Amino acid sequence: MTAPLLTVDQLRIEAARTAAVVVDDVSFAIERGEFLAVVGESGSGKTAAARAILGLLPPGLRRVGGAIRLDGEDLAEIAPRRMRALRGRSVGMVFQEPMVSLNPAISVGAQMAEGLALHERLTRAEIRQRCLDMLARVQIRDPARTFDAYPHEFSGGMRQRIMLASVMLLKPKLLLADEPTTALDTLSQREVLDLMVELARDHGTAVMLITHNLGLVSRYAQRAVVLRQGKLVETGSVRQILSAPREAYTRQLVDALPRRSSASGRRVAGDPLISVRGLKVSFGGRQRLFRRDADVAAVNGVDLEIGAGETVAVVGGSGSGKTTLGRAMLRLIPAAGGEIRFQGRDVIGTRDRAFRLASQLVFQDPYSSLDPRMRVGEIVAEPLRHVPELSSRERDRRVAGMLEEVGLAGFAQRWPHELSGGQRQRIAIARAIVRHPSFVVADEPVSALDMTIQAQVLKLFERLQAQYGFACLFISHDLAAVEQVADRVVVMQAGRIVEQGSRDDVFDRPQHEYTRALLAATPVLDLAGQAAARVSG
Amino acid sequence: MKSRINTLIGGALIALLLGTAATAAFWTPFDPLRINLKARLQAPSLLHWFGTDEFGRDVLSRLMAGAAASVVVALATVLIAVSIGVLVGGIAGYLRGWTDRIIMAVNDALLAFPGILLALAVMIVIGANKTGLVLALGLAYIPSVARVVRGTVLSIREKEYIEASRVIGNSELYSMLRHVLPNAIAPVAVLATSMFGWVLLAESALSFLGLGVPPPAPTWGNMLAASRPYMETAAWLSIAPGLCIALTLLGINLLGDSLRDRLDPRMAHG
Amino acid sequence: MLGYLARRLAMTIPTLLLVAVAVFTLVRLIPGDPVQVMLGDNADPAQAAQLRAQLGLDQPVPLQFLYWLGKLATGDLGHSITNNLPVLPLILERFQVSATIVLVAVGLAACIAVVAGLIAAWKQNSALDLAIIGGATLLLSIPSFWLGLLLLLLFGLKLKWLPVIGYVPFSEDGWQAMLFMVLPIVTLTAVEIGVLTRMARAASIEVLRLEYVTHARAKGVPEWLVLGRHVLPNAFAPTWTLIGLVLGHLLGGIAVIETVFTLPGLGRLLVDSIFARDYPVVQGCLLFTAAIYVVVNLIVDLCYPLFDPRVAVA
Repeated sequence: MTAPLLTVDQLRIEAARTAAVVVDDVSFAIERGEFLAVVGESGSGKTAAARAILGLLPPGLRRVGGAIRLDGEDLAEIAPRRMRALRGRSVGMVFQEPMVSLNPAISVGAQMAEGLALHERLTRAEIRQRCLDMLARVQIRDPARTFDAYPHEFSGGMRQRIMLASVMLLKPKLLLADEPTTALDTLSQREVLDLMVELARDHGTAVMLITHNLGLVSRYAQRAVVLRQGKLVETGSVRQILSAPREAYTRQLVDALPRRSSASGRRVAGDPLISVRGLKVSFGGRQRLFRRDADVAAVNGVDLEIGAGETVAVVGGSGSGKTTLGRAMLRLIPAAGGEIRFQGRDVIGTRDRAFRLASQLVFQDPYSSLDPRMRVGEIVAEPLRHVPELSSRERDRRVAGMLEEVGLAGFAQRWPHELSGGQRQRIAIARAIVRHPSFVVADEPVSALDMTIQAQVLKLFERLQAQYGFACLFISHDLAAVEQVADRVVVMQAGRIVEQGSRDDVFDRPQHEYTRALLAATPVLDLAGQAAARVSG
Repeated sequence: MKSRINTLIGGALIALLLGTAATAAFWTPFDPLRINLKARLQAPSLLHWFGTDEFGRDVLSRLMAGAAASVVVALATVLIAVSIGVLVGGIAGYLRGWTDRIIMAVNDALLAFPGILLALAVMIVIGANKTGLVLALGLAYIPSVARVVRGTVLSIREKEYIEASRVIGNSELYSMLRHVLPNAIAPVAVLATSMFGWVLLAESALSFLGLGVPPPAPTWGNMLAASRPYMETAAWLSIAPGLCIALTLLGINLLGDSLRDRLDPRMAHG
Repeated sequence: MLGYLARRLAMTIPTLLLVAVAVFTLVRLIPGDPVQVMLGDNADPAQAAQLRAQLGLDQPVPLQFLYWLGKLATGDLGHSITNNLPVLPLILERFQVSATIVLVAVGLAACIAVVAGLIAAWKQNSALDLAIIGGATLLLSIPSFWLGLLLLLLFGLKLKWLPVIGYVPFSEDGWQAMLFMVLPIVTLTAVEIGVLTRMARAASIEVLRLEYVTHARAKGVPEWLVLGRHVLPNAFAPTWTLIGLVLGHLLGGIAVIETVFTLPGLGRLLVDSIFARDYPVVQGCLLFTAAIYVVVNLIVDLCYPLFDPRVAVA
């Protein structure tokens, strides 16, 4: 048996200023050509561990102990010059944010050529040819044009392919991929990762995939390392870790995966609470000097009904118009056509106050949805301004009760910046529910949160819905979460509804090819003795 | 660490300035205006710490009186510029559309004049005295405040908590007053701090040119201007007032930096 | 690119018009009758009326404005009251002096500041960074006219290396002219280094934080190339905008430095004309300064796509 390609031995990383431990005596190894997943939530130290391999820790962090051996060479001991020779050539890295990981001022071709020119002796023409071949290999339509273009001309998915192409061009022995698809939608995620696996196989490259997503782990990796708060929790084959986790935390992670609840009992009875007919929303084209570009229809003729207490999920990739639909239904964005009826009354023409007071919104980003200059208690109490019959004693009692319901009793005097992401999202939910609305739009309410927190928040949301009986439009790109909470599912593509039906119909018997593609792109986890869990996110 | 040093030194310098200005309001070692031709151009001594000027006036007393004048002018100017600038910028950011476009077009045209030139021009109309100076500088700096306030208001309005306020059923005006304005205070405070420095510098420059507070009332700027003929023989006359201006500006700049670090958490990590 | 050019050009026209309105209004607001000022206190009423008609002052104000604007378009800024010379050639002559100092000083300051700011950001929080940012803050806090006086005192009066007072045009004696220019340029450079270094440092820190810098390092790019190719061009863009603002404001506003070094520049012309109540010259100077500001910023904006390819399409 040959020695592993990379061994990380007792790696220890601390914050330079506070000496807080970020990675605590972590050891693992990667074999040649292997696909290893490093799994962890935020604060697990997974990114720091990966960056330490290339000696690229951010300024605030430093490695204080341990050895990192690549082919027997201790990367912690070598001279900076030798390290630069290994970077890119032996170890390549793909980053998370496609929008900021390519230099906006340099053409795509020049950025790809940079690595080749540094590490290999090639003529300009050879370099160019190698780049064009690789761009074609990652299925970019017009390689020659792409070569001369600048990064801002491409979408996130395309940029991530360019990034992959530029890294794999040097045929590294090891590829570090730090959450490479987290910023992409489900379909692009699938395409980019499939490409990554193919390229790695072609060149015999080992891959270290850093991720929080167990679905990707099960689909692509052979072995996994689980990290939590800088410590190694467990390591083993993916099959073992997912189906028979040894440690409580790993089990918690697996259990946090959303699962389909037993067939939902809620059925629309009688008239719908809210109904939408032929809804259109368009955004004005850019104002040019003498003319205006044509309007772009973000939502183009949508028909939708939601019954009292029902949860309807809207799914679709980025640019499908699902967020715009939610905003337009709350009349936060003017509709260009069609009608919205709430309890039978038209709400577009009449500026219906009752509708405004009966509807609410939960946002995706818990960091920007709470006013940083208000205390938690004030935030939750604010909607009650418009319930004049409430005395101030009753109001205080209602706020305290609401905070208790979301598990944050006694938090009224805190500031938002003192709370974690999950706690903030609970506050946002409390603010939405406190006035007992009959309709709530939840726009990706858990996708900014960690896995275990997602599960808790989803559970809370479901419990509150059962208790208060509000109808919900649940907007998400995450089919797994949708499968857990939705009664009915609506699939949107390019501003139109391409399919809608009961949850089980859409998930088990998809009719439209876009729905089938979305479902196929979402990894399914087969767990021994349990219902299959679908994962994305 | 660095931020704490900034706060400490900056705070100490500004405290010294304000303390001196307050003291000068009712006490100075000598009468800053009393002429004593027998004691002309005396070098610094125990009696006259910073020496005497060409009319035998005590330089320390004049510096103290100058500090008081500068502080009053700068504070009043910043008050005028900030209050009107916030109003104008706030209205532009709140109403948007054509009102915003017109206000900002005028604002940008005014920004095309260097602040000090605009002040100069306004002073031709109002007249060169302390009130004229305050009004001129105040008007001259309104456009910068308005621009910052408008930008801040527009960016805050994009935040999701403003949308949340709308969903709750709050009126636009209520959202503006309850959510937008409180969150706009921090950048305005940073701007007002730096502006105190700019105004003080502009006031000294105008006085130096002979277009500010007219003599014999002492300001650091006109003391510096008056010292020029005696530069070679009585260097202290040139050094002391300039040092006062420089130390004050240093204090403001350091304080402004620490304020910015504290209010912009992204920069604080650096 | 052509679209960007056209858009940016079209944007300057309303600004220039508003600038003209502002200057016109301002001069009308000055207390006192300009004809009275021109002719002195004991003027003959008939003569005054004739002059008023000649200047178009008997027309309604909007008509006066249009008339004035029309003359403006042909480059006619009127004549100085004190010496009856046409205003525009007077301004242009003085502007040469100011522009030489400002362009050289800002150019020097920008070169030094960008490098210093980049190094400070690269070695953020080190002793070197502290020294650079501390030095920049110190320079920023020193009033230019005081620094000028101190330099005059040291190099002119004590060491006698450089001439103290006066000015010789380049056309007469290039060497002498340069000697007279050294101190004003050094003074202005020092002050502007303060402003620009702080900006360059802040911008470089922002860029150094971005993922594409780590990406470049992960490719094995040596550190000097990371800084030179990936950080510098991106960090230079915001600094470039500030350079434009500084340049635009200084070209008309270095009256204090011109006063210290007794140079016949544009700023000094404005101040002298204010003292002399020579309103046509005052008006011309204000207008010229604002126009220069607008034009400089136009040029700066037009160069912007060179650093940031995103602008050309946006």
